[in-house]
Amino acid sequence: MQSTKQNLNKHELKPVRITSNSEISPNVFVISWKRTSDFEPGQVIKISADEHEPPRIYSICSGNREEEMYVLFNVKPAGILTPKLALMKPGEEIFVSEPYGNFSCNGSPATWIATGTGIAPFYSMIRSGNIKNKKLIHGVSYSNQFYFEDQLKATLGDSYICCCSRDHSGAHFPGRITDYLLAQEELPKGDKYYLCGQALMVVEVRDLLIQKGVPYGQIYAEIFF
Amino acid sequence: METAKEPLFGKTLNELIQLTGSLGWPKFTAGQIADWLYKKPVGSIGEMSNLSKKNRELLAELYDFGTTLPAKVQVSADGTKKYLFVTGKHQFIETAMIPDDNRTTVCVSSQVGCKMGCLFCMTAKQGFQGQLSAGEIVNQIHSIEEAESVSNIVYMGMGEPFDNLDEVLKSIEILTSEWGFGMSPRRITVSSIGIVPAMTRFLQESEAHLAISLHTPFDEQRKSLMPVQIAYPIREVVEEIKKWDFSGQRRVSFEYILFKGLNDTALHVKELSRLLNGIKCRINLIRFHPVPGTPLVSPDEETILHFKNQLNDKGIFTSVRASRGQDIYAACGLLSTKEQNSV
Repeated sequence: MQSTKQNLNKHELKPVRITSNSEISPNVFVISWKRTSDFEPGQVIKISADEHEPPRIYSICSGNREEEMYVLFNVKPAGILTPKLALMKPGEEIFVSEPYGNFSCNGSPATWIATGTGIAPFYSMIRSGNIKNKKLIHGVSYSNQFYFEDQLKATLGDSYICCCSRDHSGAHFPGRITDYLLAQEELPKGDKYYLCGQALMVVEVRDLLIQKGVPYGQIYAEIFF
Repeated sequence: METAKEPLFGKTLNELIQLTGSLGWPKFTAGQIADWLYKKPVGSIGEMSNLSKKNRELLAELYDFGTTLPAKVQVSADGTKKYLFVTGKHQFIETAMIPDDNRTTVCVSSQVGCKMGCLFCMTAKQGFQGQLSAGEIVNQIHSIEEAESVSNIVYMGMGEPFDNLDEVLKSIEILTSEWGFGMSPRRITVSSIGIVPAMTRFLQESEAHLAISLHTPFDEQRKSLMPVQIAYPIREVVEEIKKWDFSGQRRVSFEYILFKGLNDTALHVKELSRLLNGIKCRINLIRFHPVPGTPLVSPDEETILHFKNQLNDKGIFTSVRASRGQDIYAACGLLSTKEQNSV
């Protein structure tokens, strides 16, 4: 039944050594290793702490010219991978696939919309120099979850919008991303819209954008699965 | 606080052998339990009459039988039924029973909600709420009124089966094993949007038919309809399928929902025939039934027929799937979303 042809090998996992693993916010880590592959910002990789365990998929967070490759992950207490990853130290091995996927964004005007760690592909794009005509809307529950906030503010200025749903103390938009979008009188119809986050956020934001007149063909989504 | 007991229903024979072994029982008792679970119309451990009373009592102390009756059923004028099962806390899954001449097809769900976010899908609007266990999947067949007469099973209800592959494969093992339901795997079709590594594993580890949700052969267009295209482009899915032999009894088919003015053109016919060249397959065209908030509509019957004929002329066997149960929200996700919103 099985063909003699080889299966695609880009999903195969290869060992790499961790160069750093830092907790940048409660239960949210950036883990890095020396980059061995070229990639397009927006691509994903599979990661496993053990080559025999099923890997999980993460967006690459680093820029495509950086020496290190890194991803952003939050620890899910009931998860198989992230509690282990959080405890790993530089010098230890993890297993990663080649980068793949095509959530790429060219120089055209675009609005990037992310919740939580869904900011990773957009941070990668920014770190790779893709900032012209770009606006980033990041939604989180608490203000300490605006990962890379200082760098993003410095790079994007007013084109960096922070929406905070549960902690209204800071200088952020007080509410969810959908509240922010609803509050806008008009959205740029010519922009492409890139969404990254949990499926329900993606679906709600996409429905809202369509309702506000954005053609669905201009909306691209990367979902967590 | 009393915790729920582990269900027996949904365990494979190997798992039952481990279980009975851990209780110090002879190996054959695992087969006896499997018989009661999957072959006999009983619903409690107390009815497993070829186990000793003492063993039944011990088993009931530790485990639940594990089947659940549907919480609601709706019947369409055309005989289609939509069953609603409760799982978890206020979570609903849907199962459709579709009678057709001498066949009874059951369409099962594999997840509560879905992560895949397809633009045209009502289940997507629920987001993802959880995985179903193999027992919860098989229960959708075992616990409906028509259980005895089920001839075909399609994994086309709520959720993406290849995002819950371990439990889906386990459910297929229970359905097709001699110790289980003893069905032919050729009576089972698993439908996926095409998560390539999981699809490869499914093709290796199961003999069931495969159906792939295609909907457009063009990359950019598919990206806007189906976010999965970003991680697993349809070309990669098709390349993998081409490595497998579908010239025998095992079938691969492609599901294609028609959207007016979007994916129903001659260009699409041409690109589909190019994409699927070399695969022995069929295309099932599906009429789109609008879901709220989605700017897509179905083309008229003439366009659907013309599209079908063009594909058949290109040598791809194509049929139009009959719409069933429209009066009872039979399209997956509609009824459970309605129920969810009323909780």
